[in-house]
Amino acid sequence: MASQEKVLSVRDLRKLYGHTMAVDGISFDVGRHEIVGLLGPNGAGKTTAINMILGVLAANSGTVHIEGHDIRTERSRVLGCTNFAAVYAPLPGNLTVWQNLRFFGLLYGVPNLPQRIDQLLAQFDIEKFRHTKFGLLSSGEATRVMLAKALLNSPHLLLLDEPTASLDPATARDIRGQIRKFAAADCGAVLWTSHNMYEVEEVCNRVLFLSRGKILLEGDPKRLPHEHGKATLEELFIAIAREPLSLGQS
Amino acid sequence: MRWRRMGAIMLRQFYILRGSFSRVLPLFTWVGIDIVLWGFISRYLNSVATPGFNFVPRLLGAVLLWDFLSRVMQGVTMAFFEDVWSRNFLNVFATPITVGEYVAGLVAWSVLTSAIGLIVMMGVATVVFGLSFASYGWTLLPYLMILFLFGIALGIFASAAVLRLGPAAEWFVWPIPAVLSPFAGVFYPLATLPAWMRGIGRLIPASYVFEGMRGALSGRGASAMLLGWGLVLSIAYVLLASLFFSAVFRYAVRTGLMARYSAESVS
Repeated sequence: MASQEKVLSVRDLRKLYGHTMAVDGISFDVGRHEIVGLLGPNGAGKTTAINMILGVLAANSGTVHIEGHDIRTERSRVLGCTNFAAVYAPLPGNLTVWQNLRFFGLLYGVPNLPQRIDQLLAQFDIEKFRHTKFGLLSSGEATRVMLAKALLNSPHLLLLDEPTASLDPATARDIRGQIRKFAAADCGAVLWTSHNMYEVEEVCNRVLFLSRGKILLEGDPKRLPHEHGKATLEELFIAIAREPLSLGQS
Repeated sequence: MRWRRMGAIMLRQFYILRGSFSRVLPLFTWVGIDIVLWGFISRYLNSVATPGFNFVPRLLGAVLLWDFLSRVMQGVTMAFFEDVWSRNFLNVFATPITVGEYVAGLVAWSVLTSAIGLIVMMGVATVVFGLSFASYGWTLLPYLMILFLFGIALGIFASAAVLRLGPAAEWFVWPIPAVLSPFAGVFYPLATLPAWMRGIGRLIPASYVFEGMRGALSGRGASAMLLGWGLVLSIAYVLLASLFFSAVFRYAVRTGLMARYSAESVS
């Protein structure tokens, strides 16, 4: 862990949809300046876990603490120091980039908002789209705007659900660089989901492998494959996706 | 309650309205057309009915007040639909905003948009058809307040229903004023209705407004008790609708509907 100071603390979190256990008692921490990858096949429970951390989905049991505060009892306070970007949650397409950032900046109570917006527009090289409607942007441009929105309130915890999906390699590398810079420079921590194992290995300090709602493996993405007899992280991912039980017991 | 977050909800609506001709036009077009249509109907009835009986304040005034209620309700629901159409719930409710602040922002926006409709209606009714608001006396303000509160209650209730039932339930919202109007006695006294309809009418705050309005116009004066009941009922409905919205919101968070709203249900 990059720092022992916990920003996110998840304990025994469970979510049941009907008879399906989407998340089955997961516990983990994310420390300050740490980038943790939440990996797993489709339907493993990653997005469900992120939604519970964001407070838009109630857990059946378990707790989520961000900076020591419980999401259930101090929702506004906790969400004030959290933010997220996800491909399935685009910003309103009928507002311009600047209008979107102003709207969300006011919701997050960002001080000196106009200056903060200018700073982020420059940081993500989207100044030229300031007055362009979000719905008219390409996927790469839209992703950069969503990340700018996600950093508006200088969050202590940044949740990223496949932020680089559908991006070209050059844009994806830029985005990874921005996230690394955020984690290193500010007081933040990042929980990141991705299906791109190369990216995960490059960016994450630690990974959690989730399958069928449970955390099966946890460790350094550079060492973990060899510890489990696999050549690469991608091979390990495939093995977990196909035979989660055998790997969970190894 | 953080005013800045409530203001953000209003600002978003302003940004959308400012850039959209198709959103600006309905603020006053339909209510304007209604006033023109009923204005001429009232004039025609004046020409064929017993001399001395004026239909303008009775019919046109009733249409104006009923349209005001509909506009208030739509002011809330249209603002809410913007988040439905842009699939924005996840983004909005992952911020520190509370349900109360969100709903308060929708209501405050409805105050502005319905005021525009009201001003246009009053202007056309007065200038073109000679409707005098003095004929209603001092009770006009409490009438408007009751209709405003009831419109807010209907708007919050309808938004909660769409949140619970999914985007396709939008159709359910539009006919609500039309369904209520026969029971509310907009154009006739409640005594005209059969007993079961009268019973429902007494539960609708707007019915006290229209009964009171007719009383004032026939020189009997407005009953303070009727106005009081209308006000109490409308306040109660605002509280009940707010509780209903909160309950639906909690359900949506508990079941996962909030996170997967486009699926319309979680089963």
